[in-house]
Amino acid sequence: MDYETPRFLDCGESALSVEFGDSVDPAVNARVLALDERLRAAPPAGLRETTPTYRALFLRYEPLEISRAALVAAIEGLIGTAGVEASQPAARWTFPCCYDPEFAEDIGEAAALLGQTAQSLAQLHAGADYRAYMYGFAPGWCYLGGLPQALAIPRRAAPRGPTPRGAALIGGALSLIAASPMPTGWYVVGRTPERMFALNRNPPFLIAPGDAVRFEPIDAKTFLSLEARALAGETVARRETLL
Amino acid sequence: MSARLLIEAAGPGVTIQDEGRFGHSRYGVTPAGPMDLGAYLAATRAAGADCAIEVSLGGMTLRAEGATLCVAVAGGDFDIRLEGRPMPPACLLPLAEGARLALRAGGSGAWCYVAVGGTLDLAPTLGSRATHARSGLGPKPLAAGDVLMLAEAAPPPLEPLALAAPWLASSDAPIRILLGPQADYFTPEEIEAFLMARWRIGARSDRMAYRLEGPAIRHRRGHDIVSDGVAMGAIQIPGDGAPLALMADRQPTGGYPKIATVIGADLGRLAQLRPGEDLSFRAVDWDQAVAARRAYFAAVEAGATRAPLGAAMSAESLLAENLVGGVVNARD
Repeated sequence: MDYETPRFLDCGESALSVEFGDSVDPAVNARVLALDERLRAAPPAGLRETTPTYRALFLRYEPLEISRAALVAAIEGLIGTAGVEASQPAARWTFPCCYDPEFAEDIGEAAALLGQTAQSLAQLHAGADYRAYMYGFAPGWCYLGGLPQALAIPRRAAPRGPTPRGAALIGGALSLIAASPMPTGWYVVGRTPERMFALNRNPPFLIAPGDAVRFEPIDAKTFLSLEARALAGETVARRETLL
Repeated sequence: MSARLLIEAAGPGVTIQDEGRFGHSRYGVTPAGPMDLGAYLAATRAAGADCAIEVSLGGMTLRAEGATLCVAVAGGDFDIRLEGRPMPPACLLPLAEGARLALRAGGSGAWCYVAVGGTLDLAPTLGSRATHARSGLGPKPLAAGDVLMLAEAAPPPLEPLALAAPWLASSDAPIRILLGPQADYFTPEEIEAFLMARWRIGARSDRMAYRLEGPAIRHRRGHDIVSDGVAMGAIQIPGDGAPLALMADRQPTGGYPKIATVIGADLGRLAQLRPGEDLSFRAVDWDQAVAARRAYFAAVEAGATRAPLGAAMSAESLLAENLVGGVVNARD
């Protein structure tokens, strides 16, 4: 649900969550990102940091520099100047992704659970348009909405892994790309040679919340050559500007 | 030879911390930073340091090499010894070349900060020297045999001095919280039960979260929310009803309802509780939380005054001592 006016929720005396809705929805997320952009363009005194999430903007602030009331008034002013927020992404990323079982250790298991074949699962996953909603969990872990309904799969009851860096994962109604090896309860259905987070690359993080994401199937040989280039610092995912 | 610190022994969980790695939470980066910000500020400001070693209950022993170093210690009531001689729990010391400083868990408190005056030769990662072990950002946790180089060393005091830091004293007063952001996921009866309960810090508590043992808190509207941002001190209630107080190494976002958030003035006091120790909560409103924050950081700012060991800590002697320079930004 998309709230008509946002809710302001205290997270202690020095943080505030501005909540625009209670669901994972591109229109709600677009309002979050629009407020984030305006606050970053002209931050009120005392605002320390903003963190956009699916349906809320988290603000860290110093209450000895700006009161809650003044912060809320500033936000209401910024929201008031906006019309209907565009939910169109600013950029689209295409990530090369290898769905061969040697790079997709769970694809057979996930396909069986979903009543698919590994081939149809890979086709559905690579055929969808995703929206990057937010980062969370660990550096570079970016949650992608837009997973086809036929691939919605409950997460494992207990995490397993660690999954390899670059693993394309599915869990719940979402997909994501593992930025680093971590245990998760999600299913590994592919792997990209791109790195979501690399300190030896500028910028270290690639995609912005709100960007569109696609996967492009590649074979194992292509994976290995692209991975060598990615490890040398090159960005092997492609970015197109849409707006 | 340039000034160096040799780590002779370090228990688990001894890390480098600065105020935290801020500005990258939008990319999933945990801020980390000190568990007890007040103690961290007391130590770093007294020594003139831009980061500190955070010492856990496992303790640490270190030695100076190449120069006499200016070292400040502040935090819980640890057993601190300079060449075997006991020091007060908050102190500023000259650590002579070859001299050994040992910290062990003392009577109370879970974290202690050792700040070395000057600049440690540690490259920042994403703008910060804070260790976040789980994501591998910042320096690795310290271990025996590690050597920390000082790019610049601050002049040491002539003799050991006690630091007056009265807010570091432990207290049984309830930990103050602000309800929310998801208090509406719980019935008023469950919130009352949460506030009336005596809680115990669970054994599996760490820099990421303190587990609270007590009555199970039931949700009114389920335990899944669409993930949103998380503040340090947020108390989330997962599906099993056992509260988790999220600490310095929390993930920047979370998907369980948060019944309340510990106020900034009491975060250090919560952090200093050990596994097995008890606590209770008291709800305050935003204005009370801000008044407590103002008083707390004013005390931090004014509090780290120096006095010779053994001197009477009268108001007069405190006033006669140099106040530590600089004004604290009341940062969270």
